[in-house]
Amino acid sequence: MTATDVPISAEGNPIGFGRMHRKEDARFLRGAGKYVDDVTLPGMLHGAILRSPIAHARITSIDTSAAEAHPKVKAVITGQTLEGLGLAWMPTLSQDTQSVLCTDKVRFQGQEVAFVIAEDKYSARDALQLIDVDYEPLDAVVDAKHALDDDAPIVRDDLEGRTDNHIYDWEAGDATKCDEVFRNAEVVVTQEMLYPRVHPAPMETCGSVASMDPISGKLTIWTTTQAPHAHRTLYALVAGLPEHKIQVISPDIGGGFGNKVGIYPGYVCSIVGSIVTGKPVKWMEDRSENLMSTSFARDYHMTGSIAATRDGKIQGLKVDVLADHGAFNGVAQPTKFPAGFFHIFTGSYDYDAAHCNVTAVYTNKAPGGVAYACSFRVTEAVYLVERMVDCLADELGMDPAELRMNNLLKPEQFPYTTPTGWEYDSGDYPRALDEAMRIAGYDELRTEQAEKRRAYEAGESSMLMGIGISFFTEGVGAGPRKHMDILGLGMADGCELRIHPTGKAVVRLSVQSQGQGHETTFAQIISHELGIPPEDIDVVHGDTDNTPFGLGTYGSRSTPVSGAAAAVVARRVKDKSRIIAAAALECSPDDLEWEHGRWFVKGDPDNGKTIQDIAMAAHSSLELPEGVEGHLDATAVYDPPELTYPFGAYICVTDVDAGTGEVKVRRFIAVDDCGPRINPMIVEGQVHGGVADGIGMALMELIAFERDGTNLGGSFMDYLLPTSMECPSYELGETVTPSPHHPLGVKGVGESATVGSPAAVVNSVLDAIGVRAADMPLTPAVVWRAMQGSPLRMDLALE
Amino acid sequence: MQVKMTVNGEEREADVEARMLLVHYLRDELGLTGTHWGCDTSNCGTCTVAVDGQAIKSCTMLAAMAGGRDVETVEGVAVGGELDPVQEGFMREHGLQCGFCTPGMIMTARWLLARDPDPDEATIREAISGNLCRCTGYENIVRAVRWAAEHPEGATDAEEVSA
Repeated sequence: MTATDVPISAEGNPIGFGRMHRKEDARFLRGAGKYVDDVTLPGMLHGAILRSPIAHARITSIDTSAAEAHPKVKAVITGQTLEGLGLAWMPTLSQDTQSVLCTDKVRFQGQEVAFVIAEDKYSARDALQLIDVDYEPLDAVVDAKHALDDDAPIVRDDLEGRTDNHIYDWEAGDATKCDEVFRNAEVVVTQEMLYPRVHPAPMETCGSVASMDPISGKLTIWTTTQAPHAHRTLYALVAGLPEHKIQVISPDIGGGFGNKVGIYPGYVCSIVGSIVTGKPVKWMEDRSENLMSTSFARDYHMTGSIAATRDGKIQGLKVDVLADHGAFNGVAQPTKFPAGFFHIFTGSYDYDAAHCNVTAVYTNKAPGGVAYACSFRVTEAVYLVERMVDCLADELGMDPAELRMNNLLKPEQFPYTTPTGWEYDSGDYPRALDEAMRIAGYDELRTEQAEKRRAYEAGESSMLMGIGISFFTEGVGAGPRKHMDILGLGMADGCELRIHPTGKAVVRLSVQSQGQGHETTFAQIISHELGIPPEDIDVVHGDTDNTPFGLGTYGSRSTPVSGAAAAVVARRVKDKSRIIAAAALECSPDDLEWEHGRWFVKGDPDNGKTIQDIAMAAHSSLELPEGVEGHLDATAVYDPPELTYPFGAYICVTDVDAGTGEVKVRRFIAVDDCGPRINPMIVEGQVHGGVADGIGMALMELIAFERDGTNLGGSFMDYLLPTSMECPSYELGETVTPSPHHPLGVKGVGESATVGSPAAVVNSVLDAIGVRAADMPLTPAVVWRAMQGSPLRMDLALE
Repeated sequence: MQVKMTVNGEEREADVEARMLLVHYLRDELGLTGTHWGCDTSNCGTCTVAVDGQAIKSCTMLAAMAGGRDVETVEGVAVGGELDPVQEGFMREHGLQCGFCTPGMIMTARWLLARDPDPDEATIREAISGNLCRCTGYENIVRAVRWAAEHPEGATDAEEVSA
């Protein structure tokens, strides 16, 4: 099961990289995981949020007296209560503000209006019904395309001087040069497309348990966060609480996918609730609250244009984006990049010029936008370019694989600076596409497809077949301090490693797993560096009192940043172990050689000390050289010099019933290059999950709205997630191009498949039906209407 | 009202509201938090338990309706702390990531294998189609259930060594 040159531990695990079963599974399999909703404290109370049923309305009065009179209700908190504490509004991660509990008007359906605290959760929900709110309805702006109309209702009249719904314009690339390329191009294809509003919908919803100790003044918060340290600092900055008296614990997290990066009003309410009542307060949202109010993803209206020669040399790409951010600009991303990393939209090809412009607007919809394994909007970027390449192939009458192969960046072009300023450090793109086409049996598939098409056209069958390709490049591992921060916090990660006297170890991380298996992979990183068996290494994470500072797990940054920090800290320990080994062996450190967790005297392999021996010696009375301290531990803070650039080639084969528009994903081939794989089993699992996400988004998932702002995707009856029936068995491949700057050569992979797969599915379906464009989700109705030449817009209810 | 049922082989009795859902009874009254809750609409299956051997979404059943019945949760599966073949299959085939859907998946898989000890892939996919997972894309869950079907007594000694 493991690579041949990796030694195996007494428990059968690789001492280093390789497949091994996960350490965390022992508790999850027995139902002994500890998620936020599993936390119960003595005297704990339960909170519930009253939410607006209307998308846009002025609140004229809130009467909480009947709720307060409920025998089990301990307190009711409104915006007025919070105003007194200066907490009615909170800053977002994008230099905007967001209402915690409404003080003036509600701006989206599901917005937080009041918070009830009761003895049990049923009573808290009962009491919500007893609160009387008078709403004065206002016209809502729901369609981003009309958000900048002169007569559009103003969403953010709370912001001083605000007279429209415009948030920002942002551009990248050279517009003048791009125009010139397009003017002179033989072929230009322009296509509008919508990457609709979807939701990460982790199986565990968001929630928190806040406990303020009135004596010590210490606040402990168990909460669903992918970024415990960032949350702690933000609580300190927002609420003015002393940071050393805040402990944020992110216990087991039931999936995140970007849904658990930001701070939600409910978290703040539970904290205030604990301060007000003097008791611990738990708040867990229900599924509708999760889908309707917490961070959605995408909602990008894009118009792309691609320029090329008649024989298929791509020359230019430009795109105008209208970004719907909802009622508050609450997106989480590095400060300098308001549209995230969308300007990586040139993807994996070479161009003469490129340009993008992103205009963001407020609407009466829930806030968010950067979530759902999007690598800071690389998802939207990859979708745009990979759809545009297929549109061009259609225009030129070329095979989309051939068009890609002819235009992919060549290995000798790296390092490559894109027209919008990205510096891709490494890659061998044609090899990955070749490998995907080999696994797929591409030519045979095209032959089969032609036969299916013939039978369909002859009226013998209603079944069509599609083959869709997507090639992606991501930039992950945010990020270098010189370029990136979130709310002023640099994106470097700390790591601490301590080797106990008997050679067992504990490594402390700032990042927090939501299923990625950090307790296993980070143990393997330390094991790889020091030769300590992974079962002897404990990984501590998710608790700000017990881990070093760092910005958390999202944007596929754990391995690129914290993984590097773990390698660096282990190498520091290794360097020190060499000195201690030399002292014990009474030789010079220069005379020692390292192999498999052991320093030995060069030319005398029997004369050596294992890392376990050295750990004991480090804690013993052994005389150490001048200036060398005892013990064997180290700390590090890793500032990544650059991002890492994973890439991959995906091919999706679909069968489409032209009579009903129903799509079946028959095969999905995913070739990923994320550098060396620490634990291939875990990498493959992440790719599987990401492809399922892509199938879900391409075919099923959608948060649509009525024109009055009523959310039409507010439950799992309406927001359709892929089940085992919609997902195929995946066919995976791999190429390995190590990152030139990461100490382990590894890149991120957690979001690769979510980023890369939607375009492959959409390209496949459109390839089957012979239609150039249709927007996700490609439900049977959308597919059937596309075939009739009357496209269906799904993000808004029909007039 | 008083409800009395067998939970993981033990008689349990409590005074609960008539409207209390079985999932909340198990989690909040009995502290059996291995059974999860993930939606309000019986779609997600994270709350799946066995009631008289049937896989039941415990958010669709009142605690009172389980009165006098035999309820098994994920906490009752590993006998003497030893994983049963389904749990072991999930570990070996990497059928879980965040672990939140896992207890429900395990209970559904056990129900399937009790009725059909040798299900093919299509049968497994259909059986678990009422349990949602956001992490695994289902592939390794299907493999996990197949592993359990092929190893009704758990791993052989030879497999232990190569694990």
